[in-house]
Amino acid sequence: MGELMTETTPASGHTAALQAAGKKAKSLPEAVFAWMLVGPAMLFIAVIVAWPLAETIRLSFMEAGLGGEEYVGLANYQELAESRRFHQTIIRTFYWMFLSVALKLVLGLIGATLLNAAIPGRGLFRVLVMPPWIIPMAIGMIGWLWLYNGYFGVLSGTMMSLGITDKPFEFLAYKNSAFYSAVVADVWVGTPMVTLFFLAAMQGVSRDLYEAAWVDGAGRWYRFRRITIPQIMPVIVSMSLLSAIFTFNSFEIIWILTEGGPRGATTTLIVDTYKTAISNFKFGEGSARAVIIVILLGLFSLIYLNVLKYVNRKYGTR
Amino acid sequence: MMDKYTKLQMVGIYAAITVFLIFILLPFFEMFMASLRPLEHLFRSPYQFWSDDFSFQAYSDMWETVPLLGRYIFNSVFIATAVTLITMVFVVPAAYAYARLDFPFKNGSLAIFLGVNMFTGAVLLIPLYRVLRSMGLLNTYWAMIVPGVAFLIPTGIWLLRSYLEKIPRELEEAAFVDGASRMYTLRRVVLPLATPGLIVVGTAVFIGAYAQQFLFAITFNQQRELQPLPAGLFEFIGYQDVTWNQMMAAALTGILPVMLIFLFLQKYLVAGLTAGAVKE
Repeated sequence: MGELMTETTPASGHTAALQAAGKKAKSLPEAVFAWMLVGPAMLFIAVIVAWPLAETIRLSFMEAGLGGEEYVGLANYQELAESRRFHQTIIRTFYWMFLSVALKLVLGLIGATLLNAAIPGRGLFRVLVMPPWIIPMAIGMIGWLWLYNGYFGVLSGTMMSLGITDKPFEFLAYKNSAFYSAVVADVWVGTPMVTLFFLAAMQGVSRDLYEAAWVDGAGRWYRFRRITIPQIMPVIVSMSLLSAIFTFNSFEIIWILTEGGPRGATTTLIVDTYKTAISNFKFGEGSARAVIIVILLGLFSLIYLNVLKYVNRKYGTR
Repeated sequence: MMDKYTKLQMVGIYAAITVFLIFILLPFFEMFMASLRPLEHLFRSPYQFWSDDFSFQAYSDMWETVPLLGRYIFNSVFIATAVTLITMVFVVPAAYAYARLDFPFKNGSLAIFLGVNMFTGAVLLIPLYRVLRSMGLLNTYWAMIVPGVAFLIPTGIWLLRSYLEKIPRELEEAAFVDGASRMYTLRRVVLPLATPGLIVVGTAVFIGAYAQQFLFAITFNQQRELQPLPAGLFEFIGYQDVTWNQMMAAALTGILPVMLIFLFLQKYLVAGLTAGAVKE
């Protein structure tokens, strides 16, 4: 893009060239320049995300598989609307999301508070908290797979030596324990990022506020409740909704641990979609599920933006 | 002083941190223990926490069981690096436009970018497969790089935009008054000032690219030599027997390079986020 500014510039010294370029560039309207900057990214997204999304919507009205496509109207959606199993999957997905996000937020808040305390060794602790976030999820899940194993895993082994169970306990073999085990693994993956962002926000809170409160005799708990929490509220809100979207779409964790089993106990919407479309080659029915995910998350992000606006107005970040 | 803790409080804080770290590090510890056990021992019941036959044998055997292991580790880092560089090329100009310029459909287009955050590859896998096939990219590095870039551009724009907004406008205005063009200002004034922010966002993008390779790799690539580590690890399964101990050893060895990179960059990451990337 260098040519743009120099094409008509006479070679008359650096400053002159700059000025000439400046005049020419200023005649370039801001809007055009802005779209030159945004355009490439937009185009990339359009090809790799928007087009496949449009294709997904089209496929959702089709009976489609490896053999070919046939228009079936709303049949795929109607089937889902009448399916009790699908309703349960939606409820399960929201339960999964709320439970996991709540745990991530609570742990993240506790973790950030601990790592923010002025104690020796906190630099080291901050590093040690990060690994689950920075390693490939699939590798972390291999570790959890092993932990949850009844015969070789340390969890079941410890429970046996403590006498809680008398025979090996397979965490992923029973409906309830598999679900909560997957939640724990998901929380494990998500907590470090939440912790890091909360920690960063806490460090951004002005010390003057704490000192003023301290001089007035406010205790630690009071300062946490009345200064820290309100000050980092915008970050809490944005993290909780961002993390909600990640959790809703969390696929690899469940897929590697249980593939949605046992008997569907860990099948969330995204797992259901993948199973239908990729494992069973029902592209049309899978696409209808994908569209429903997009609609649910679209509604969710609308709420997200509104809550964010409300919080920003109330606490006035800038 | 305000920051002083009583002895009891100190004990409480350290105890709580210990519990927190046990939760975070337990799977790694378990993987390490499993990597030390000989294969026959792994399946021995009842469970034994400690035993005498621990060895590092798996760490040398694994290279023979899966000869391409070194290649997989390289691929992982290579793909993540390529994704990061390409993503930044798209993100930097766009983030600047959103931070500084006024243009039609600004908010609308930003909302579209953020909307992309709501999908994961898993939703769009079938059509994405067709797009990549029609571009002839299946079974190449690009099949794993291109979708990675697309899904990380929005996050990158979001993080970098708020960082760029923190840079004082006066410097750019001074450059303008001196007659510098918009592009010149962006390259010579804004980018140097934004370097810490670029490092933070680049690190965050790298982590995203590194952590999420599995799905695209198993779906869009059949070429064994091109697989990243998370996909390659599953090769330890499916020969005559599953060599779990070697798989654990390989997993731990494989993530080591990136852990080291992170160790150097984490200071910037925490500091950079503090500098304002989250205050939105």
